[in-house]
Amino acid sequence: MKKDIILAGVGGQGILSIATIIGVAALEEGLYLKQAEVHGMSQRGGDVQSNLRLSSDPIYSDLIAAGAADMVVSLEPMEALRYVGYLNPESGWIITNTAPFVNITNYPEQASLEAALDAQPRVVKFDMDQAAKDISSPRSSNMVLLGACAPALGIAPEKLEDGIRKVFGPKGEKIVEANITAFRHGLQAAQSQMK
Amino acid sequence: MSCNKQLLLGDEALALGAINAGLSGVYAYPGTPSTEITEYIQSNAVAKERNIHRHWSSNEKTAMEEALGMSFCGKRAMVCMKHVGMNVCADPFVNSAMTGANGGLIVVGADDPSMHSSQNEQDSRFFGDFAFIPTLEPSNQQEAYDMAAYGFELSEKFGMPVLMRMTTRLCHSRAVVEATCEPAPERALSYPAKPNQWVLMPVNSKRRYVEVLKVWDELHTASEASPFNKYIDGTDHSLGIIASGIGFNYLMENFPNGCPFPVVKVSQYPMPTDMMRRLANECDRILVIEEGQPFIETRLRGVFDQPVEVIGRLSGALPRTGELTPDAVRAALAMEPLQHVDRPEIVAPRPPALCQGCGHRDVYHALNDVMAQYENPKVFGDIGCYTLGWLAPFNAIDTCVDMGASITMAKGAADAGQHPAIAIIGDSTFTHSGMTGLLDAINENSNITVIISDNLTTGMTGGQDSQGTGKLEDICRGLGAAPEHVRTIDSLPKNHQQMMELFKEEIDYPGLSVIVSRRECIQTARRHAKK
Repeated sequence: MKKDIILAGVGGQGILSIATIIGVAALEEGLYLKQAEVHGMSQRGGDVQSNLRLSSDPIYSDLIAAGAADMVVSLEPMEALRYVGYLNPESGWIITNTAPFVNITNYPEQASLEAALDAQPRVVKFDMDQAAKDISSPRSSNMVLLGACAPALGIAPEKLEDGIRKVFGPKGEKIVEANITAFRHGLQAAQSQMK
Repeated sequence: MSCNKQLLLGDEALALGAINAGLSGVYAYPGTPSTEITEYIQSNAVAKERNIHRHWSSNEKTAMEEALGMSFCGKRAMVCMKHVGMNVCADPFVNSAMTGANGGLIVVGADDPSMHSSQNEQDSRFFGDFAFIPTLEPSNQQEAYDMAAYGFELSEKFGMPVLMRMTTRLCHSRAVVEATCEPAPERALSYPAKPNQWVLMPVNSKRRYVEVLKVWDELHTASEASPFNKYIDGTDHSLGIIASGIGFNYLMENFPNGCPFPVVKVSQYPMPTDMMRRLANECDRILVIEEGQPFIETRLRGVFDQPVEVIGRLSGALPRTGELTPDAVRAALAMEPLQHVDRPEIVAPRPPALCQGCGHRDVYHALNDVMAQYENPKVFGDIGCYTLGWLAPFNAIDTCVDMGASITMAKGAADAGQHPAIAIIGDSTFTHSGMTGLLDAINENSNITVIISDNLTTGMTGGQDSQGTGKLEDICRGLGAAPEHVRTIDSLPKNHQQMMELFKEEIDYPGLSVIVSRRECIQTARRHAKK
């Protein structure tokens, strides 16, 4: 098993908690893992990404080579497109939220953004902010995204749910349940799009 | 999670390694990518139980000297900083080779190639070489953990501080680390066997310098035998590779079934020149893969017995600037790039920005509106979140050089006849390196206006305690600033008009004034509200 994943978003959106949960689940599976994060200046509203690598064999590089990623997982549509150069053009998946985060003046038109995403061969995309609002848990779009990337991840959804329980456990049962609901919502939406 | 297998950042692995090796004190000023080392120790249960020293220092120089004092007393100490912090502590660092170490002393210099969050790409290995201080360069998280104990032992064995050179990708990347569950005890107080070398008067220094050079030779021998330096033979001798630190990972990433070329893996300096000579004797040419600047590559000149072609960052085989990537190393190995598509053109850059609700914003709004009333106003900026005021929409500062330079450059500009000359500096940067410059300006009653944008924290690095919190006005008055020209205001949108009036008043005063414009960082305020 080997999965190279680029997690993307805008500073402050919460991509690192996705990485944390996948990390917990991967460790339980006995996988090797490397996860490069971005700290410091660019966290302040700039584009952020994390290279997450899972493998049943030891991993050397902390960074993923261009053309080698299995997935780009993004909380923001333009940020998903920023990293398509890292995707394996034959097999790589883009899993992304379509709700834009507009904090720059030259942000592209929504239509051209959607068109650029549609031009990619393997994409799962929907408005995950809306999905999170629909289940009355507006701050859990990142767990919707985690659910949406589960089918392509190669780790059983139940294991990821265990990861959610572990990571959010200290915050109380209510928060755990809200996040698991969001996760399942994302999982279902992705399964229907990937058919 | 169990204590023996943990998922840790490189920074955290090093921190845990140090605690488990009997650390008695960590001394540091926050700086990306080094901050998490000290933060880990601050929150670690063993460190709390033992009351290991873990309070932030005012700057890297005070941190280095405090650690040296602990080492003098026989205990194990660690100093952590980002690479430019090495410049700030260069005086005690270089001289700590002359005093030597008593208790194990590790100095962590965390380099930031590609300048993710820094003003330059300097490579700390040069400092180690310059000072005759042995340098360790872990290539992965496990080595970062293991090298803490190894580094303390090396330091105590040779009576020398040890430089631990980290780089961003290792500092901020997580992997599983195997650790001991039984931390070693701290050292007891004990004093240097050779007390004279701790008094660096010429009579002692002249004697000690000869000894330092002798120790350097011994350290070279130790490097050849280091468990972290390896000669790994290969079948194809058309190329020999020297790979240091995380450069080794990018090499191996490109050869999942093993590297066909002989490799010298370097993680301890002075560099193992015997191994390198052997490589040159056995291979047609040499590729040097190193993170940062071409340190090894330049130092290979004169090492080999015969002329051998050396390629690397200097020759252009690898990029001269920026951090290494698996792709760049792949190209240097003459392998085809993996197939990939180009980024769509509609993707726009998304630079970082000041948070919504950040007090620095209010300072810049007011300052810009005042500056519009003057011809050629100059605003000297400093290091911190507020450096982002250079970007649109503020475009508010003219310079950013190093910690504290806002005040001193404004003073120099005023000396040259510039008016208005404004310095804008954060609270933590002010106590790091602004106070001494302010004293210069006070002593000459320089015609400058110093704005301390006080957010009650060290914001850019994630909200560490700031050493001047609650004391800024007292510090300025204590240094001799006229009390009537040490002014305070809250940085709030509703105070826009008052802020403008205050700024204008003090800019028009022909002498030195300090304005403390204050509002808690929105990020730390949120965290405090949650508690």
